Amino acid sequence: MSYQLPKFRHPELPVNDLGYTKADYEGAISTLCAGCGHDSISGAIVRACHELSIEPHKIAKLSGIGCSSKTPTYFLGKSHGFNSVHGRMPSVVTGAALANRDLLYMGVSGDGDTASIGMGQFAHIARRNLNMVYIVMNNGCYGLTKGQDSATADRGSASKKGDPNIYSAIDLCGTALQMGATFVARSFSGDKEQLVPLIKAAISHRGFALIDVISPCVTFNNNSKSTKSYEFVREHSEATGTIDFVPLHKEITTEYQPGHSHEVTMHDGSSIHLYKVDESLNPFDRRSAINAMEEHRYSGNILTGLIYMNLDSRDLHEVLETSHRPLNALDEADLCPGNKMLLNINASLR
Amino acid sequence: MKPTDIKNPEYFHKVVDCQYACPAHTPVPEYIRLIAAERYTDAYMINWQSNVFPGILGRTCDRPCEPACRRVRVEEEPVAICRLKRVAADNKSDITERLPAIPKIKNGKRIALIGAGPASLTVARDLAPLGYSIDIYDNQFAGGGMMRSQIPSFRLPLEVLDEEVGYILNMGINATFGIQVDSLKAILDKQYDAVFVGTGAPRGKGLNLPGLEDAMSNVFLGIDWLSSVAFEHTTTIGKRVLVLGGGNTAMDCCRTSRRMGGEDVRVVVRSPFAEMKASPWEKEDAASEGIPIYNNHVPKEFVVEDGKLKGMRFEKVEARYDEAGKRTLVPTGEDLVFMEADDVLMAIGQENAFPWIERDLGIEFDKWDMPVVNKTTFQSTNERVFFGGDAAFGPENVITAVAHGHQAAVSIDLFCRGEDVRKRPPPHVTLASQKMGVHEWSYDNAVANDQRYAVPHAPLEKTLKDRKVEVELGFDISTGYKEAERCLNCDVQTVFDELRCIECDACVDICPTDCITFTMNGAEQELRTRLEAPAGNLAQDLYVSAELPTMRVMVKDENVCLHCGLCAERCPTTAWDMQKFLYNVRKAGE
Repeated sequence: MSYQLPKFRHPELPVNDLGYTKADYEGAISTLCAGCGHDSISGAIVRACHELSIEPHKIAKLSGIGCSSKTPTYFLGKSHGFNSVHGRMPSVVTGAALANRDLLYMGVSGDGDTASIGMGQFAHIARRNLNMVYIVMNNGCYGLTKGQDSATADRGSASKKGDPNIYSAIDLCGTALQMGATFVARSFSGDKEQLVPLIKAAISHRGFALIDVISPCVTFNNNSKSTKSYEFVREHSEATGTIDFVPLHKEITTEYQPGHSHEVTMHDGSSIHLYKVDESLNPFDRRSAINAMEEHRYSGNILTGLIYMNLDSRDLHEVLETSHRPLNALDEADLCPGNKMLLNINASLR
Repeated sequence: MKPTDIKNPEYFHKVVDCQYACPAHTPVPEYIRLIAAERYTDAYMINWQSNVFPGILGRTCDRPCEPACRRVRVEEEPVAICRLKRVAADNKSDITERLPAIPKIKNGKRIALIGAGPASLTVARDLAPLGYSIDIYDNQFAGGGMMRSQIPSFRLPLEVLDEEVGYILNMGINATFGIQVDSLKAILDKQYDAVFVGTGAPRGKGLNLPGLEDAMSNVFLGIDWLSSVAFEHTTTIGKRVLVLGGGNTAMDCCRTSRRMGGEDVRVVVRSPFAEMKASPWEKEDAASEGIPIYNNHVPKEFVVEDGKLKGMRFEKVEARYDEAGKRTLVPTGEDLVFMEADDVLMAIGQENAFPWIERDLGIEFDKWDMPVVNKTTFQSTNERVFFGGDAAFGPENVITAVAHGHQAAVSIDLFCRGEDVRKRPPPHVTLASQKMGVHEWSYDNAVANDQRYAVPHAPLEKTLKDRKVEVELGFDISTGYKEAERCLNCDVQTVFDELRCIECDACVDICPTDCITFTMNGAEQELRTRLEAPAGNLAQDLYVSAELPTMRVMVKDENVCLHCGLCAERCPTTAWDMQKFLYNVRKAGE
């Protein structure tokens, strides 16, 4: 029985700008069920962070409770981590991000953790536009408690031993858009070609970036009557288009034919090249994004890819005009500048 | 690419790198697992069936398996396969009951074997149990051929040699020792149904340099000198000895000299150190006995004063390589180097010699005066005469001779039964799942991180005093176990069933060495550029599935697969399974 990954890796693994291989971004061996989509998402996070050459100690991964929220153990083993309370990951990230704005915040949650117990926190972190990546590993069921339907299960969808779901489903992408999220994407755990560039773009985005990743639960919800099975998602997903993510200072090696792709520069200087498949969608226009999502809902298909991005996004720190130096790096002299300064401030208010 | 045909036994055989590299194709991982399970006798018998001399080879094999070991592609050192074989031999119990029964009533066919070295003994081992009457002729006083005359006792104790040669000679074989066969015609005239020539490459090459004539009494051919030591005709050597040559015979000569009275023993070789033919471990052993190796020195002349050898002069050279990588040794222009010597041993190579084979027997000889022998059947152009071992294609090694012997025995058996010798029997192959439970396999799938263990040596003060004291002590049982656990079980194959695959990527994500990719199909060269990890080792195959529902294919680069089974453990639909592949070369009569 294997509880440990072998130590050996491919001897010619590519190294990134920091000299690290992909293996330096891995975590412990997964204890999730064999074939769980969540493990593929972990793999995509590892790949994105490695390829972006992010220093592992500059990342904090936070999660709530659930199968999804266990996954931070299985990636980024050398980064900071906080496995918090059910549905309360957003408030813990908010505290952490306010104290230290220099870290990259990677929140990982599930459909239960986000759309049920954590729905309130989710709504507010989206509208506050906290600078973070929020990945939902969405399998439409409560895998950790034997697969009951979750709030994202589609009406009529049935899990392995269950009856068709009688309730309306919460669409997290739609909810996030309504709440004012500035980056919204949907993807599929079985499609890393799409998911990895989306994670990279979400990391580069300044503000709240939601990626709702459909991630089949092989144990309870990968059957023929489920709308969150590998087969159903593959047959019914329609991509908005494909994107290539090009970090700042990287040479563009692909040749982009004019008229076929749309280049967008992000606030950190990186760019994304968007090849649009769906001409009716303009992912930089919120109304267009909402319309496209409704259209697909009617046709019974799942819209995946980049759905919406606000290039003028201002994150919580900018809105609050907080100190550029992280709060946790300020010493007592910075925080208590003394009586003279207090008198000056008071005088300015008189 | 076309889907891989895993029904072709050679596909998975190639994945078992050690077994594939072994000339006799011994199922290495299978016996290593038995060693780990302390089933030494079973492990020994697997070896005995395949390579006939496990105790001998466990000490002296050239080990083509070890450089092939997958372990060297993920870390520094291969599994100590050769010395594990010795662990099986050292710890086995009595095997006589397991030896094949020899029929009392013979099949009426008579076979003559010329030479009693490893090739002939293998033929005897394979044919005697089938009822053949076998006559062996050899010019030495006991069986074993070069294993007896040229491998020094400090590497191969006589008891080990006698035991394993004895198993064969006791199979009712009629062996005549101390007889020099000087006419093949005379043998053929005895109406044998088939004759096998396993006479080795018995002639040492010499160097005819100025001064040789006067120095003659102190200059010896390496293999002749070793044989003379082995049969105790020679008991001493001078204090200062020069050994010319860079192969394993040179290493045996220098180390034997150290035990025969040589104090200042030097090896002098023309080529650069790294290109010497000797196995790396033999060079290390010589170095540890205080024997320096002078490379890039070309012998020029013997220096004789007052009718007595004083030493030799050498020209210093350096190796230069042209664009094709061809080497030339170019003199550096420095003065000749003089080295003192009381005796000189020339170990610069050996060659075949067939003065005793009449040229009118229908056996064709080529322009190098070597018999024309079929590389598969080992039959010469006289259909009754077969060749094997060094006699067939020139000097190789014991394990190659054994492999030849097995194939020659198959041919002789087919020939004597009037069948076509070119119709070779297919290998015995089995492929069976090792699954015991969700996360349980019937082999130790966890990968040991241990570095290779060193075999302990007897102290130099002891070994240099007596040429019969074995230098290597062999692994003890617990080190043997730990070394055996380093084996990656490459014979437990990753078998993929595309009909079960749901393309969840779990195997891709878990694979520690990034062997697996799901992608669009393409031509091999182009496909290799799009895999999860670099796939530049063209000697290692890609395992490609049929097309999956997403129009992609599964591509697995066999190169650095650890056979850890994690792909199969993480597979929710058992599309991956770990299946043990056993491949046994078919012997005569099987």
